[in-house]
Amino acid sequence: MGIFDKFARLASQLEQVRAAFGGINVVIEKILSPTEAIVNGKKVILAGTNNYLGLTFDKECIEAACQAIREEGTGTTGSRMANGTYYSHVILERELSEFFDKKATIVFTTGYTANLAILSTLVGREDIVLLDADCHASIYDGTRLGGVPVYRFRHNDVEDLEKRLKRLREKQPQANILIVIEGLYSMLGDRAPLKEIVAVKERYGAYLLIDEAHSLGVLGERGRGLAEEAGVEDKVDFIVGTFSKSLASIGGYCTSDYEELDLLRYASRPYVFTASLSPANIAAARTALRIIRERPELKERLWQNALKLYGRLKEMGFELGPEPSPIVAVRFREPERALSVWKGLLEQGVYVNMVLPPATPDGSALLRASVSAAHRPEQIEAISEAFSSFSPA
Amino acid sequence: MKREEIFETLEEILAEVLQKEVEIRPETTFEADLEVDSLKAMEILAAVEDRFDITVPINVLNEIKTVADFAEEIEKLLEEG
Repeated sequence: MGIFDKFARLASQLEQVRAAFGGINVVIEKILSPTEAIVNGKKVILAGTNNYLGLTFDKECIEAACQAIREEGTGTTGSRMANGTYYSHVILERELSEFFDKKATIVFTTGYTANLAILSTLVGREDIVLLDADCHASIYDGTRLGGVPVYRFRHNDVEDLEKRLKRLREKQPQANILIVIEGLYSMLGDRAPLKEIVAVKERYGAYLLIDEAHSLGVLGERGRGLAEEAGVEDKVDFIVGTFSKSLASIGGYCTSDYEELDLLRYASRPYVFTASLSPANIAAARTALRIIRERPELKERLWQNALKLYGRLKEMGFELGPEPSPIVAVRFREPERALSVWKGLLEQGVYVNMVLPPATPDGSALLRASVSAAHRPEQIEAISEAFSSFSPA
Repeated sequence: MKREEIFETLEEILAEVLQKEVEIRPETTFEADLEVDSLKAMEILAAVEDRFDITVPINVLNEIKTVADFAEEIEKLLEEG
């Protein structure tokens, strides 16, 4: 038995896909703008980037990042607990607390690390986590690292959540129960029924953590996410998010009204044992956070694009996610069909994400388009046109 | 609930989720014999929770290799109430 033998099934699946469709890994040979790149020697429209506000090439963000590099260097070469906490990390944490109107914020090196750190430390073996079945891998991985007992409820099914919560409460009246959900789910772009979940959480005395990775800058009047949109920010105990989508940088955060959140810095391995965010990433994220406040028109343009693409694809008869959002997911029952449409779109100059089982929620295959405020109307039209050359089945 | 009843119910659930007739023995494995992938495992888990009116932590999934392992876990949870 060789060390790679366990991957034999994966290798043969990859081989089949390569034989039938050629390569499926895309290399961005040259990135031209938030919405365009060279792929396979050809200019394509990027419609699968999570770059919701299109700020990756924003002049102010670039200038802030360049200046930070000049002033603070290219990397911190250390953990937040050692030499890796700069004044700029502290300022960013303060600005996030102000932005969300919360008492405490911790910044992490990636969004993945944020979930890993919080869910491995905030809850332990004596607690309970109840999570939405469609939660992101980082949430599952965090709970595994900490060893908390995890129970799942069916995606966005409040009744199913309550049924489980009731059983667990009866069995363990004193246990701390943390419900974990997302604001906007990354695969189908659907919102959590947050108001209803908050009501259930209150009824059973549980805590609630919401991952707003895809909803920061996208939902809520001030762009604070689904909790703001649903008007329940004061009822959500912990908000986790990322800088790598709307904020066009990299990094993650957790914010809360519990000042004790600060204790996690001393107890969380993914916080302690990794290098801190680089100065350029902090500067870009801080600038983008300011832009969210100063330029609400970006969110408006994002939603115009989202509604337009969702509407056009719906008219064509494609099976889409349950509600319009900047994530426009097109469902195909056969993975082979998704692969061939994906490849056809790329040949026509449109890049979308392809998501195959088991990464999809229900075993179907998805072509996941995501729009940006930076898409021009003619680009949205071109994306729609490219889809129109395929039958929806 | 007797072990035989748990087995029978499990057999029904597996047939429903896997959409094929299955004949299970205690030593039947989920992965090799029944070709249950991670998605199917979650469907089976949800169905088991509903049918037996229990909550099963997903942490135990790593330890469950055979039908007997699963039946034992279900029995334990039923006893705990």
